[in-house]
Amino acid sequence: MKEKKLIFELSQPGRRGDALPQCDVPEQDINRLIPQDYIRESEPQLPEVSEVDAVRHFTALSQRNHGVDSGFYPLGSCTMKYNPKVNEDIARFDGFSKVHPYQQEEMVQGCLELLYRTDKMLSEITGMARISLQPAAGAHGEMTGLMIMRAYHEQRGEGQRTKIIIPDSAHGTNPASAVMAGFDVIEVTSDERGGVDLESLKAAMNEEVAGLMLTNPNTLGLFDENIVEIANIVHEAGGLLYYDGANANAIMGISRPGDMGFDIVHLNLHKTFSTPHGGGGPGSGPVGVKEELVPFLPVPVVEDKGGTYFQDYDRPLSVGRVKSFYGNFGVIVKAYAYIMSMGAEGLRNASETAVLNANYIMNELKNDYLLPYDRLCMHEFVLSAQKQKDHFGVSAWDIAKNLLDGGYHPPTIYFPLIVKEAMMIEPTETESKETLDGFIEKMKHIAQEAAKDPEKVKGAPYHTVIGRLDEVKAARTPVLKWERLG
Amino acid sequence: MKVLEGLKYSKDHEWVRVEGNKAYLGITDYAQSAMGNIVFVELPEEGAEVGEGESIGVVESVKSASDLYSPLSGVVVEINEELEDMPEKINQEPYESWIAAVELNNAEELDNLMGADDYIKFLEGEA
Repeated sequence: MKEKKLIFELSQPGRRGDALPQCDVPEQDINRLIPQDYIRESEPQLPEVSEVDAVRHFTALSQRNHGVDSGFYPLGSCTMKYNPKVNEDIARFDGFSKVHPYQQEEMVQGCLELLYRTDKMLSEITGMARISLQPAAGAHGEMTGLMIMRAYHEQRGEGQRTKIIIPDSAHGTNPASAVMAGFDVIEVTSDERGGVDLESLKAAMNEEVAGLMLTNPNTLGLFDENIVEIANIVHEAGGLLYYDGANANAIMGISRPGDMGFDIVHLNLHKTFSTPHGGGGPGSGPVGVKEELVPFLPVPVVEDKGGTYFQDYDRPLSVGRVKSFYGNFGVIVKAYAYIMSMGAEGLRNASETAVLNANYIMNELKNDYLLPYDRLCMHEFVLSAQKQKDHFGVSAWDIAKNLLDGGYHPPTIYFPLIVKEAMMIEPTETESKETLDGFIEKMKHIAQEAAKDPEKVKGAPYHTVIGRLDEVKAARTPVLKWERLG
Repeated sequence: MKVLEGLKYSKDHEWVRVEGNKAYLGITDYAQSAMGNIVFVELPEEGAEVGEGESIGVVESVKSASDLYSPLSGVVVEINEELEDMPEKINQEPYESWIAAVELNNAEELDNLMGADDYIKFLEGEA
């Protein structure tokens, strides 16, 4: 575990982990087989180690990761819930894992049926008419949703709607996606309860606005109580409402974006629906729409023709393809397995427990840390290290580093931007009370240490393989490649 | 937090130093302190037209990236290229480290900005 040497540094000339068998075909001169340009002039500098050293090296690397399988991971807005292993079993069924996307439709009816059924189930969960499972991740879903919004306005002869309204508490992906999709962004402020400021919204609405992007509950973990009024304001001015599903883990089976007035929704299967998250994916960001927007969905759409499933490409108003083949299929299978194993009651129970867990931690910690919006939270909440910063010079950054020493993944820090020294904590529903209590205890301990011995807190982590990095150097002059000296 | 007399300030924590019809823009001591160690500055192009409140660059720290908004409309006439190699100057000397200079379209826009006293009060309200 404490072995820090790179595999290149473990290398000893001539050491071998395996013996190749004798060559049993006539040897050929390489120069006759491969053009001169492609033949290397020097030996490749591959590490030379024994088998056991190679195994230990990679085992040590795997142990340096922190995943939800190794410990608590309260990374706000990311819903790092446990990924049930039954999902993996089902995704590995031959019928799902050994098909080819170019196979004829009659040979992959089961896969198409699964896509069709997942569409129906997610439509029911979100209150939408249809879902496209194609986008490969959340931001891709945002981009697709905004393309649909643009196509809708243009088809109605309202191509002048080129602006998107986004609250100041939004995820950074929202303005980024809007700009990528060719829109200009207007930011609206939050009110003192953490919701959208209605007066700012009214003032921003006009015939140039295509729509509003909103996360509800928002990034403060707060449910916007004015959502129906917000929807009315946007709709009356001719705009559409886009629901960023990043925080859908708070509402499954309880409330539906469609009923709140949203027209377009994206979900993150890798958050809410328990497919693996982190490490670069793959993710899945399905996009759902209300009835009047269905013609604009990406092609293909899986349809049911009397019990036979097919991919419908004949959709003249479609925004077109957004992904090769049909989304990240294996991820969709895992989400399907999750929904089927949970059932409607189970999904509701998951959201209720996620909300309960977040409120429990919030209440236990609100005397130790500043709680800027002190009201019932949803599946996550935002604390501030402002008290520790002002009195002892201990920042959210330092607190995060101390959590590493306790074996915890830190919460999301310095986001949302509207809270100073923000620490955004999302426990999810899959953690036991004992795990939550352990985390609470560690957080309380850090708060006490910050008061008693701030310098110690600022020096953490002490027990990780690598201590505190020079963040400036890491950002400006990162060394990402090992090179032999001399 | 240091606030200098004689400069104008925006609610987005930018400072403005007016020289003739030209305004030098930077971020305040409060802004650099809130952002933490600055590692990257994206400068505007010289000659670029900017509207009041439009983004003219990005300041990135180890914690976050923030747009730099021009509180004044005009044309970018100078950029501080030194910051490309030494963005940490903004942390060290926020009021020396101007990011860009804008030739003003409308000097009346300056009236929308705060003086030092008002900015100090604004900061107290933020805390």
